[in-house]
Amino acid sequence: MQERYSRQVLFDSIGEKGQEKLGQKHVCIIGAGALGTGNAEILARAGVGRLTIVDRDYVEESNLQRQQLYTEKDAKARMPKAIAAKDRLNQVNSSVTIHAEIQDVTVEEMERLAQGVDLIIDATDNFDIRFIINDVAQKFNIPWIYGGCVSSYGLSFTVIPGETPCLNCLLQTVPLGGATCDTIGVIAPVVQMVVSYQTAEALKILVEDWSSLRKKLVSFDLWDNEHVSIGVERMKNSDCPSCGDHPTYPYLSYEQQTKTAVLCGRDAVQIRPPKKMARDLDALERILESQNGEVNRNPFLVSFANGDHRMVFFKDGRVLIHGVNDISEAKSLYHKIVG
Amino acid sequence: MIVHINGDQRELSSQLQTVFDLVNDYNLSEKNVIVELNGRIIEASKHRDTPIQEGDRVELVQFVGGG
Ligand SMILES: [Zn+2]
Repeated sequence: MQERYSRQVLFDSIGEKGQEKLGQKHVCIIGAGALGTGNAEILARAGVGRLTIVDRDYVEESNLQRQQLYTEKDAKARMPKAIAAKDRLNQVNSSVTIHAEIQDVTVEEMERLAQGVDLIIDATDNFDIRFIINDVAQKFNIPWIYGGCVSSYGLSFTVIPGETPCLNCLLQTVPLGGATCDTIGVIAPVVQMVVSYQTAEALKILVEDWSSLRKKLVSFDLWDNEHVSIGVERMKNSDCPSCGDHPTYPYLSYEQQTKTAVLCGRDAVQIRPPKKMARDLDALERILESQNGEVNRNPFLVSFANGDHRMVFFKDGRVLIHGVNDISEAKSLYHKIVG
Repeated sequence: MIVHINGDQRELSSQLQTVFDLVNDYNLSEKNVIVELNGRIIEASKHRDTPIQEGDRVELVQFVGGG
């Protein structure tokens, strides 16, 4: 027995056998914000064989209050979160293979990412992507674990294809609007609580202790001291287009995703070109340098600050525009620079 | 009327008569909330027709996007 996992192996429900299983498993974590970094650190320390971490964003100062893998250095350098997370996780447990991907997860990407994966952890900040994860998980028969939090409130649910209801059974439609960490903030303890629920379920799934899964939808408010756990088995719908008897996977069959999105946690809009592209950052840097503003560059992105706005251009074509909440205003700023 | 919401005892105004009223009073929408009333899930389509009564136990679980 490896000394580093000794306490976990002593825990009866994992044991030597469970530890061996963990080392053979591959988990895909979508999002490397608060929930993503928390999940990734626990799973890496637990000795999960492979982790894939996907995120579209880069580290900012306002992340450091709750996104546990990042440092001031990462924020100063505006390191892409996937890369900063990978660097830190390699120091935490060098025996875990970490795949880091800097990108926005589309239907196409999600279908690719799901291949050969034993579990998908939802650490995203929006329901557009969660409904895609939900359909991909059903299509390829992969468990996934929903987590969400805002303010002092959080919740989690584990979706096991063929067993539990899916997100589409529970919600039927993508909820729009609602409170975000942009509008009402979030505290770190609630992040940790959601992460604890997610990773406990993840460990059960990875060691194949299926009968110990929670099965209930759980929610809590750590400030108002509320805790709710409800059985939703009966919400499993045999007519559900995602998990029913005749699934059509509605969120995969056509591009439901918005090409622009207001980002949770900041005053910013993301614009994504319809087709994936490789942006020539050198050429862009030269163009921006001729403009009236401040240009910063690292190997992954170029940022351009002008008045109240800051635009960050990624290699894959995406642009983040800070200082705006209005999509059309963001688009016009974008088109002013890139035509 | 006294009901138990998420484990806490609450005094509800007499204007709140249905699950729909209660969900609205909490600034929630049937689109992002799951309601359990006395141990049974109330489907979104039945919120308007389901009365709230003295002593009911209601659990409200709101789906949130942040992460
Ligand atoms: Zn379903």
